[in-house]
Amino acid sequence: MTAPAPAPSHTGSRTTRLLGIAVVVGVIALVLLGFFAAPEDDEQQDAVRMIFVHVPSALFTYIAFVTTAIGSVMWLLRRSVWWDTVAGAAAEIGVLFCGLTLFTGSVWGRPTWNTYWDWGDVRLVTTLILLLMMIGYLSVRSLGGDERATATRAAVIGVLAAVILPIVNRSVEWWENNTLHQKSSLTDGNLEDMTLFTIVVGLVVWGLFFAWSLIHRFRITWLERELRVSDLDLALRERRAEGHTEDGDS
Amino acid sequence: MTHLGYLLVGWGVSLGVGVAYATSLILRGRRLSARVPADRRRWMTTDDA
Repeated sequence: MTAPAPAPSHTGSRTTRLLGIAVVVGVIALVLLGFFAAPEDDEQQDAVRMIFVHVPSALFTYIAFVTTAIGSVMWLLRRSVWWDTVAGAAAEIGVLFCGLTLFTGSVWGRPTWNTYWDWGDVRLVTTLILLLMMIGYLSVRSLGGDERATATRAAVIGVLAAVILPIVNRSVEWWENNTLHQKSSLTDGNLEDMTLFTIVVGLVVWGLFFAWSLIHRFRITWLERELRVSDLDLALRERRAEGHTEDGDS
Repeated sequence: MTHLGYLLVGWGVSLGVGVAYATSLILRGRRLSARVPADRRRWMTTDDA
């Protein structure tokens, strides 16, 4: 009979280590492909190389917020703590990706549109609204108080934010006269083979990083919950011990 | 290479934020693991831990 393995002193595991190594290798490959193998664009010249970080950030913003919406629905329907934890973890990563999408898009916009930002642009403004909604979601989660009520309030915001996702995604087609943003780069069929391949590598790298982050963030939230329960247990035991002492004294 | 400054800022911030976030997750996980009793960390106990 073997002794049980000691409890880990971190949130890592074999899976996360493999994911982490794959992300590092992937980033190196992406930099080499993005800067040296992919060709420059006829119109945008080398500025087009921003696509390799911008498109993966945008796509995984959607994936992260859809994950949050699914987790939110599962909480509302089944009161699943596991899904609520997934929802919160995905939301934080989604906010990170959404911020990067806006930032890289803005930096890319300066050499191609001659401006960092345009308040009349539907894609930019709807993406900003989405980001603010999800920051609101995270703020509600961090309010504290009754955990179930907090999770329910956050879940409602998580579902509402998902309603905006198709508007953000389709805005360049629905309001094509009110946007500087180009239509989908992946589906318009105008990309060079190496450019498309590098975008796919970028998507894989972002996907691996999303998975790595989601696992770690999930475990952190789980540990935070365990710590609260543990502290509560300790307080109850101390209270009971005080009660016994008082009984003995009287 | 044209627009190198924009590319370095865009790529640099993207990768830098990614590294910073990953580091913060690892450190938060280690800090919390040290405070949570071992029997309450069993959920993620793996044979490779």
